[in-house]
This record gives sequence, structure tokens and C-alpha cells, in this order.
Amino acid sequence: MSQVLDSKIPEGALAEKWTKYKSSVALVNPANKRNLEIIVVGSGLAGSSAASTLAEMGYKVKVFCFQDSARRAHSIAAQGGINAAKNYQNDGDSVYRLFYDTIKGGDYRAREANVHRLAEVSGNIIDQSVASGVPFAREYGGLLSNRSFGGTQVQRTFYAAGQTGQQLLLGAYSSLQRQVGMGTVKMYARHEMLDIVNIDGKCRGIIARDLVTGKLERHFGHAVLLCTGGYGNVFYLSTNAMGSNVTAAWKAHKKGAFFGNPCFTQIHPTCIPVSGDHQSKLTLMSESLRNDGRIWTPKAKDDKRKGNEIPEEERDYYLERRYPAFGNLVPRDVASRAAKERCDAGYGVGTSKMAVYLDFSTNIKRYGTVEATKNNLTNADEATIIKLGKEVVKEKYGNLFDMYKQITDENPYEVPMRIYPAVHYTMGGLWVDYNLMTTVPGLYALGEANFSDHGANRLGASALMQGLADGYFVIPYTIGAYLSKEISVKAISTEHEAFVEAEQKAAEVLNTLMNIKGTKSVDHFHKRLGKIMWEQCGMARNAIGLKEAIAEIRALRAEFWKDVKIPGTLNEMNLELEKAGRVADFIELGELMCIDALNRNESCGGHFREEYQTEEGEANRDDVNYAYVAAWEHKGGDNTFELHKENLVYENIKIAARSYK
Amino acid sequence: MSEKTLNLTLKIWRQKNKETRGSFETYPISGISTDMSFLEMVDVLNEKLITDGKEPVAFDHDCREGICGMCSMYINGRPHGPKHGVTTCQLHMRSFKEGETIVIEPWRASAFPVLKDLVVDRSSFDRIMAAGGFISVNTGNAQDANSLPIGKDDADESFSSAACIGCGACVAACKNASAMLFVAAKVSQYALLPQGQPERSTRVLKMVAQMEQEGFGSCTNTGACEAECPKGISLSNIARLNREYISASASSK
Ligand SMILES: Cc1cc2nc3c(=O)[nH]c(=O)nc-3n(C[C@H](O)[C@H](O)[C@H](O)COP(=O)(O)OP(=O)(O)OC[C@H]3O[C@@H](n4cnc5c(N)ncnc54)[C@H](O)[C@@H]3O)c2cc1C
Ligand code: SF4
Ligand code: FES
Repeated sequence: MSQVLDSKIPEGALAEKWTKYKSSVALVNPANKRNLEIIVVGSGLAGSSAASTLAEMGYKVKVFCFQDSARRAHSIAAQGGINAAKNYQNDGDSVYRLFYDTIKGGDYRAREANVHRLAEVSGNIIDQSVASGVPFAREYGGLLSNRSFGGTQVQRTFYAAGQTGQQLLLGAYSSLQRQVGMGTVKMYARHEMLDIVNIDGKCRGIIARDLVTGKLERHFGHAVLLCTGGYGNVFYLSTNAMGSNVTAAWKAHKKGAFFGNPCFTQIHPTCIPVSGDHQSKLTLMSESLRNDGRIWTPKAKDDKRKGNEIPEEERDYYLERRYPAFGNLVPRDVASRAAKERCDAGYGVGTSKMAVYLDFSTNIKRYGTVEATKNNLTNADEATIIKLGKEVVKEKYGNLFDMYKQITDENPYEVPMRIYPAVHYTMGGLWVDYNLMTTVPGLYALGEANFSDHGANRLGASALMQGLADGYFVIPYTIGAYLSKEISVKAISTEHEAFVEAEQKAAEVLNTLMNIKGTKSVDHFHKRLGKIMWEQCGMARNAIGLKEAIAEIRALRAEFWKDVKIPGTLNEMNLELEKAGRVADFIELGELMCIDALNRNESCGGHFREEYQTEEGEANRDDVNYAYVAAWEHKGGDNTFELHKENLVYENIKIAARSYK
Repeated sequence: MSEKTLNLTLKIWRQKNKETRGSFETYPISGISTDMSFLEMVDVLNEKLITDGKEPVAFDHDCREGICGMCSMYINGRPHGPKHGVTTCQLHMRSFKEGETIVIEPWRASAFPVLKDLVVDRSSFDRIMAAGGFISVNTGNAQDANSLPIGKDDADESFSSAACIGCGACVAACKNASAMLFVAAKVSQYALLPQGQPERSTRVLKMVAQMEQEGFGSCTNTGACEAECPKGISLSNIARLNREYISASASSK
């Protein structure tokens, strides 16, 4: 490991590290907690759970989010479910198995100790959520129901119809509101963090813009937690909410926080395909659909028939064919690449030919038959069986089917869904140690904003788990290691020169943006950036393309700062100005993503370099040279970076080629 | 899917900020694909306004999937527009006709002041939640999740109430600007669950008191809220709220 990176993994056997850590970490006594202030930026699963828990413990907490309410953080949109090693289904699940699946799913690019801890606390998350009133799906006996997700062979996913993120976030949000009501948390909605403030080498606060008045504000904290989500919107089109952005993480990066594995992006296999140039975002069709939907393309190229008119023997269920052991439930990176392969080879469907089918007809019939038997309908005809089967599917996925119909005007109960991969999640993020602290002392990163647990590919239903693990069960302990040494530090006045200077800098950037008065809208630049990223740094990458992309992004950056047009003024609500700041940061990040992808001369997880593949087109990983986390340091100047490596050591898992065959 | 294009006239409420008075402006717009979402149509208008050196229309939105509850347009006299059971972001232009005039306004309610154009302040909802919309359980206090079986019917019904996205369409639809449906949905979610029992009475009293303090009107059972709610939150929640409130008031004396 490089000199500057210390991952602070506790000594001892893997399964005992966290328990030992918890019983030996320094504590802060209640009287001192009252004098310690913590800033939490972000109110998604990570932010809300961290803020409410820290406030319950007695710390003084401030929470920031850019939406109009904490409840609207992007976590609200998560659909399919949350994993936990409860083994309620008695199908052989365990903490070790969840740990193993996550490391393997991440293609051996995640840190063992963190992932094991995640698996250990996963069960508590379900307990905590149920206790706070989250209405998970249940069986008739009153116990919790589970389903399967990709990359695993057990049923460990808890869910609330296709609205799991909504229900979990509303649970965490209600705990947060409870603290707001008690005065232990002060909430700043419609506020955007524009910079962190470092004093004597420690993070001591933030600069935020009130998005209603446009005024800049200074806020002090003994520690700052960035829970600001992922940066998939660097691709312009993604399944992320429109406002999701990298600004908080990027500003921290420019002030000393290293960025881990920026090029590790997850392209989700089942999204509604792009329909035209007007498209502003892409809609996910949850991975849970792969429990009951079978993916196929016609066996013949350019088949003009409708999906439901193509007979069974003329369909190629290519995932079942290529990966018989996991079939339709292979991990996302594998499923996405296989869809791209079929479409590139000319077997795609729909008007654009850039889509494959996700078909429920087999399982509608299967469920219908089961229901008919349950209801003693021995001679049920086909129509009755299909009707009964549709009811079962409706109960499981009704809201997703409605959403599909709403967007495409096609009825997925009758014709197969058309789907195509889309940008969905970013495994990369701020580098953090075992305590979730970045390379800036006192600055932490939680949830999707950090790089820590998913390696090169995240398994479905594991992001919600990680966000809540970080917030409910990890940071409340690990922050003590730092804050116990800060108890004598009095609140620092925001008149301190570091605050004044940071605010001035932020104001200068905003002024510069407003004064460009160019000719092209912010979206214009964002779309162009997205196109470069998708084509050169998307599902397949190669050295030539990445080098081109770096040059193109640099040129785009120069053009942006000369020619962007932002109407309105500074001191008012100005949505174009907000977007401009975010796109400016995305452009800089995009360059780093390409640099990182170019550096990694191997294929692993979601990072597929065309030069490094097996004869069958599978990813060719290079464990000798690349079993490390790439942690990039921003060196200032014209977006220059230095690479630091955290070598990944596997003591408990035999590192092997990943096979789902 | 059959894509067509539409030419439309938009009449949109423009208001600089909370302090100033607003008015309608008219914008013709053409070449709108029927496959676009309503918000994508407004994106097209905004792109044009920016090119022409004018200020784009400010509106709230984020997920564009009908789940965050942020989008909030009052379209042709109806919150979230003409289609039943969808949010503005899930409304598509195929629901409109060639040549139509579409009137777009913000939510109107004194408890939801307009901040700019179509953006309103719904923080009153957060304050109602802070007053009692929770179960008091600190992190770490929970028992094993399956030690508390909950009948599937109650769990499902609780989930239906919990599906509220906090958009405020119920308030915008109501001639009294009442927030009863929103409050009732939360009260019902917890009243139906065993975890919600210990605070059952205090919760309903506190949430209703806060609702009144925020200046929402009273409920006269017109049912407009249910008709316009994009998430199908039913009036039976209000009936339950009333029962909960009466029994809580009786026992708190
Ligand atoms: C459509 C969709 C479906 C998904 N389904 C699943 C699923 O079924 N299971 C699963 O495990 N995962 C799923 N995921 C992934 C998962 O939802 C996210 O990874 C996770 O919710 C991220 O949570 P978070 O708390 O880290 O961040 P977020 O929920 O994204 O919250 C970010 C917060 O930061 C705030 N913020 C950001 N920048 C700033 C700033 N500069 N200043 C102030 N505030 C800021 C925002 O306001 C927000 O409150 C899904 C993702 C998508 C897109
Ligand atoms: S009850 Fe319906 S209309 Fe009212 S806030 Fe909830 S989802 Fe919106
Ligand atoms: S933008 Fe989220 S519900 Fe419409």
C-alpha cells in the first residue's frame, strides 16, 4: 500500500474484527457529545440513518439536502429490495455466504474486512427497519417474505412490492423527523453544499448555497459526513434522479479526499430503451423481474414479427444458454454485456434494434397453474390459468408493469417488455478507510458516495443494505475513534479566515459562471459529455477510445467555460445555475474516469476493456498487476492527478476466475 | 407505439419569488412528440426560452419516475393533469390533443406558498411529520424482525397507506386546502401495525394539531383528494383518522 493510504483494518481474524473493534473503540461521554457538532450532507438512506442515529446518541447534527424535503433523496426510487443474511428461508444462507457472494460479485476488487462487516450487520438493518414501521412484504403466516436477486443462489432479498427504497427511506426519514422535532437535528432542505472547509489539516465545515435565496452560508462541524449519493449522471442519461450529482464529492476531492476506482460504473441490464432525442432520463425495470422474466432475442436476425408471435423454438434464451447455472440471474455486468453482444450482432428487437425481450409468459402460466391447483380448479382452461397467473404477477410487480405501460404505451401482461442496459450505479467514490473516513481527517463518506464495498460490480439489493449499514451501524461507532480526540475543541467561529476564503472562492466560481453569457445551454454540454462517456467509457472500453475521450472532454471543458449561457441572476432561485455547477464538476470527473479506465489494463466487473477478454468474450482479470484500489489524488492545476494504490489482500477467500456457468 | 407530433399553446404561471405577484404567460410550442413525458415537453420549452435569452420556467422534479413526490403541476385545473393515478412526471404527451391549450399552475394553498413560477414550499408536510409521524425506536433497540409476525392483510393495508409520496396533490385538489389525506395515510400506516400501538393516541393528536397550526383547511368530505391522488390513497384512511382522533381525544382527557 502506498505511504499515504492507511486503510486501518483492525487486526485479528476476519469474523472477529468488527466485534473486537466495537468493544475497544474510544467512546465519547454524553456530556461531551452535546458539545460536538456533526454536519451530514445528504438525506438518503445513508444520510438519514446516520443523522438520526448520531442525534439519538446525543451529538448536535445539521443535515443538508438539495431537494425540498429530506424524504425525496434519490434512495426513494430504489425498487427491488434489500439483502440481509437472515437465512429465514433456511436455504443455506449465512454471513459468510453473503460476504463471499459480494466479494465474488464485485470481481475480487473490494476490501474483505469492510464487506464482512457489511454482511454481519445486514440482519440488524431488517430488525431496525421493521421496528420503525417499514411494511415489508409478508407471507400468510405473518413472517417476512424473500426473493432472489442476481449473482446469488439463495433467497435473501427483503422487499416492499417494487417500492423498497421508498419504504426504507420513509422509515429513516421518519426517525430523522423525530429528531428534528426534538431539536437535536437542524434540517437545511433546498441547500447545496459547494465546498468543504479545512482548518489545520482537518475538515471543519462546509459552504452551502440556499437554493431559494441564492445566498452563501458557512456552517461549522467537528466532523463532516458526505452522504451525497452516486455520480451516474455524468453519462447524462441514467436511471438516477435528475438532480443526482458529484459536486460534494468532487469539491472534497479537490481539497484532499482521494477518489477511489472512479471508472467502476454499473450498467444495469433491464431498463426501458431510449425512445428519442427528447429523453431526459432512463427508467429502470427492477432486477427482481429477472426472478420471473426470461430474457431472449429471436434466433433469426432482423425478425420483423411481434415478440408474442415468435414461437418458442425460434427464441434464443441466451442467458440460459450461456450460463446454465445462474441463467437469467447472472450478475448485472454479465447480463448487460450479453445484451449488448446480441444487439451488436444484429439480433436486437424493437424499432431501434437496441433492445432485447424480457418475457413473463412462461411464469404467468406456471403461477396460474399453481393458483388453479390451490383453488381446486382441476380442469381450468388456458384462459383461466393465464388470468390467475397475471394476478400473481400483478401482486409482485404491479407498479413496475404500470410504469412500463405508462412510458411505452405497451401492455407487458400481453407482450414481452423491451429492455436495454443503462447506467445505474457507481461503485467508485471517495476512498475511505475502515472507519469510513476519507483522506481528509474529519471528513467521512457513506453510502453510494464512497467506494468501499462493491468492488468492480455491485450485486442487486446491496446498495440499500450498504447505505443503511454505514448510517445505522458503522459510523455511530467509528466516528468515536476521531471525535473522542476532539472533545476539547470548541466550535470554531465561521468568521475564521478559512471559512471566509472558502466562501469567497465559491462566490467567485458562481460569478464566473454567470458572467460567461455564452450561447449554449447547460444541458447542451451535459448531453455532449454524456455521449462521449457512453461511447468511450461505457459498457466496453479500449485504450484508443479512452485517449480520444480524454482529449474531447478537455476541449469540451474549455468550451463550456467560454460559451455556457445561464439566464437569471445570482441571488434568487436559479435552476440553470445549479445545473451549471454540477455539469462543470461532471466534466472534470469524466476526465478522471477515463484516465482510471485507461490505467486499468484488465477487465473486471463493470469495467470491460476490449483488449482484455477471453475467447468466449468473458472478462479477463489480471490479479497479478491490478488487484488494487486505484485512489486518485487531485494535484490542482489543470485537472492533474496522481495515482495511489491500496493493494487488496485476500486472506479468507480464494481468489478465482468468476464463473456463473 | 405510434409516435406523432403535436403543436400546442401553453399558458404558464410566472412568478418571480414569494414576495411578488405572478401572472400567466402564453407560449406556443410545436413538434412535441407524443412519446415525451410532460416534463420533457417543458424541458423543450425551457431550452427554447434559454436560447431566446429568456428565463426558463422553474419547476420541481427529481426522480421522474413517480416516486419522489417532487413534481407538482396543476394542469388544466387538475393536480398532475388529466390522467388518473399518475404524477406529472409520468404523464405523457399522448394524453393531449393536437392544437390544445394547456394551462399550467403551481399548487395553490396558503400552507404551500409559491417560491417561484411552479415551485411551492411544502415544508409544512415535514413539520407535520416531525410532530408525530414516526415510531420512537432508537437504533439498536430492535428485536429480531420475525419475532413479531404481522398478518398479511394488515401488512398489505399498511403498505398501501405508506405508498403516499407526499406530493401535496390532495391539498391542491381540495377546495378547503385540507391535508387530511396525507396525514391520514401516515396515521393509518402505523395504526395498522403492532409497532405503532404504543404511540397511537399521541401520534394522531400531535399530527392533527400541527396540521391545523400550518393553516391547512378542514375536511368536508368532498373526496376530491382521493380522486386526484396519484398513488390511490383511499378515503378510508380519512375515516380511520377520524376514528383514531375521536378515541384518542376521549382517552386523553
Ligand atoms: C432506479 C433505481 C433503483 C434502485 N433499486 C435498488 C434496489 O432495489 N436495491 C438496492 O440495494 N439499490 C438500489 N438502487 C441503488 C440505491 O438506491 C442507491 O445506491 C442508494 O439509495 C444511495 O443512497 P445514498 O444515501 O448513498 O444517496 P442518495 O439517496 O442518492 O442521497 C443523496 C443525498 O445527498 C444530497 N446531496 C447530494 N449532493 C448534495 C450537495 N452538493 N449538497 C447538499 N446535498 C446534496 C441529496 O439531496 C440527497 O439527499 C437503485 C437505484 C436506482 C437509480
Ligand atoms: S395522499 Fe396522495 S395526493 Fe396526498 S400527498 Fe400523498 S400521494 Fe400525494
Ligand atoms: S419527479 Fe419524482 S414523482 Fe415526479
